[in-house]
Amino acid sequence: MRTMTSKAVQTAKVQAGSGASGSPATGPAGRRGGKKASMGVQNVAGWLFSTPFLVLFLVFMAFPILATLVMSFTDFGLRNVTHPLDANFIGFENYVNLFSDEKFLKSLFNTAYFVVIGVPLTIFLGLVVAVLLNNGIDRARTFFRVGFYAPVVTTIVAVAVVWRFVLDPSDGLIAGLFSEVGLTSPDFLGSETLAMPSMIAMAVWRNLGTVMVLFIAGLQAIPTEVREAARLDGAGVWQEFKGITVPLLRPTLLYATVITTIGYLNVFEEPFVMTQGGPSDSTLTVSLNMYREGFNFFHMGYASAMAYVLFVVIMGITVLQLRLLKDNTK
Amino acid sequence: MSATSAPGAVSTAPSKKPADTPPSRTKKARNPKRVLVYVLLSVGLLIMSAPFLWMAISAFKTQADLTASPPVWLPTEWTLDNFRELLDKLDLPLYFMNSVIVAVLVTVSNLVFCSMLGYALAKLNFVGRNKIFGLVLGALMVPGNLMLLPLFVLMSKLQLIDSYAGLVLPFAAGAFGVFLMRQFMQSIPDELLEAARMDGAGEWYIFWRIVMPLVKPALATLSIFTFLGSWNNFVWPLIATNDPDKYTLPVALATFATDPNKAGGSNGMLMAGSLLVVLPVVILFIALQRHFTQGIATAGMK
Repeated sequence: MRTMTSKAVQTAKVQAGSGASGSPATGPAGRRGGKKASMGVQNVAGWLFSTPFLVLFLVFMAFPILATLVMSFTDFGLRNVTHPLDANFIGFENYVNLFSDEKFLKSLFNTAYFVVIGVPLTIFLGLVVAVLLNNGIDRARTFFRVGFYAPVVTTIVAVAVVWRFVLDPSDGLIAGLFSEVGLTSPDFLGSETLAMPSMIAMAVWRNLGTVMVLFIAGLQAIPTEVREAARLDGAGVWQEFKGITVPLLRPTLLYATVITTIGYLNVFEEPFVMTQGGPSDSTLTVSLNMYREGFNFFHMGYASAMAYVLFVVIMGITVLQLRLLKDNTK
Repeated sequence: MSATSAPGAVSTAPSKKPADTPPSRTKKARNPKRVLVYVLLSVGLLIMSAPFLWMAISAFKTQADLTASPPVWLPTEWTLDNFRELLDKLDLPLYFMNSVIVAVLVTVSNLVFCSMLGYALAKLNFVGRNKIFGLVLGALMVPGNLMLLPLFVLMSKLQLIDSYAGLVLPFAAGAFGVFLMRQFMQSIPDELLEAARMDGAGEWYIFWRIVMPLVKPALATLSIFTFLGSWNNFVWPLIATNDPDKYTLPVALATFATDPNKAGGSNGMLMAGSLLVVLPVVILFIALQRHFTQGIATAGMK
């Protein structure tokens, strides 16, 4: 059993390790001698397989990303939508203004609040549900899985409409629960302190299923033999979880954490549909702020600068996460 | 049937065993644990489904029941008026078809293009591989809203506003799919591919005939993720369509929900609309969900 487990752990390490940065695969020096012919074929094949994605990427992503960067150094406004080249270059003015803009600083804080509370909750609950689904039951598995995943498949507009109704302090579901026990429901979305927690609750509710599915896929990738060997060796539930499940699940954990963090840093639709950033900007996130500046006030240069600040923040945090989680496997 | 074999093997093994081994111990040890698991999951499920139940029940309530305070749990009188009125005012079949067409096109192109790059990144050694993977990771981190304005200008110049192409092209191949496929394809043993190469198989053959069948569960996962991503996409369709005939379902519903001349704050109609929007995808998910249960490792070993 020992050998099997440690072998499996090694596989997990290799997978997690090659995820982030340069594994030694590319350099021609790294390969063994007789592989030269195959290397040439793989060079051609590699690029042929990459081309369709790269073309789409260049036109519909790289170009807009660069265009946004250029715009962030201009006073790009409404009239420039038809005459983009007429925008004036103003250097770093947009960026300088951002950091004395209280609204922007508040949106940064709100986004951080959303991520710091929301991501660990989503990952933890998703993992708990996945482990429960994978261990205790077999017959009702489908039923539960569908139930927990259902919020993911729902359109955000429908969800927002429903949640607004659920949280309505006079005729909503929560109001009903409060009145059953003789209390009056607080106005969740109308309160500066409660609006953001309500939004986090909805986000966790909505995204838990995504994380759960990833973890279930990861759990099922663990060979049954490894688990059975561990059980035969007398490993308890906790030992099995700690010694086998967690190490082998590390690539999935890494993936789920990074994806969820990126998603939450970009949080836009929830406040857009539920609160429009209110009350008193308490749910104004960076993305929503950016959208408003760009599409409501047509300060598109300024909005572009905002987009780039968010981009740098996201990149920094993601690189940090990849590094931290990779090191943990040692 | 193989769908249930991977997870089933873990939990059914003990229930088979009592026939040959002393039964009492294993059984007694497992049952309370099982009950606890069921209780925990049931409580969780109740919380998860509460908003849906509220939506579904409210869709059949009369206006009087909907605005009652404190709210009534069940309708005093069940009615279909909300649905009738909604379908009168909103051409749901049209928006449904728009959403389906866009989502199908996006899904198919993602399956093909993301798998191809995923395979190259996971299994082919080529110059520039790490740079391309860096691009993919970078693309994952880019806020979608970062590109909205230049994309809009670009699509206007290409005259693709109010067209399916305009709705599909920006999402035809996502970094998410590449990352996912690469992660799954890495778990395929290199020896398997080396053996095929020794036998003279070309890379396309290996990709299409060996790797793709092995990652079917991942493909199913990617299909569902991509389809749902497209189905739920809101911001881009909102910006890329001006003609109401080209609206996707979420845009149509949002426009409807915020237009006081149409829905006008009628929660009944909105709940009926939400129910009709949510139901088809839930059914689709139920139909496809068994693909999730196929273990990636199990598939790789056969």
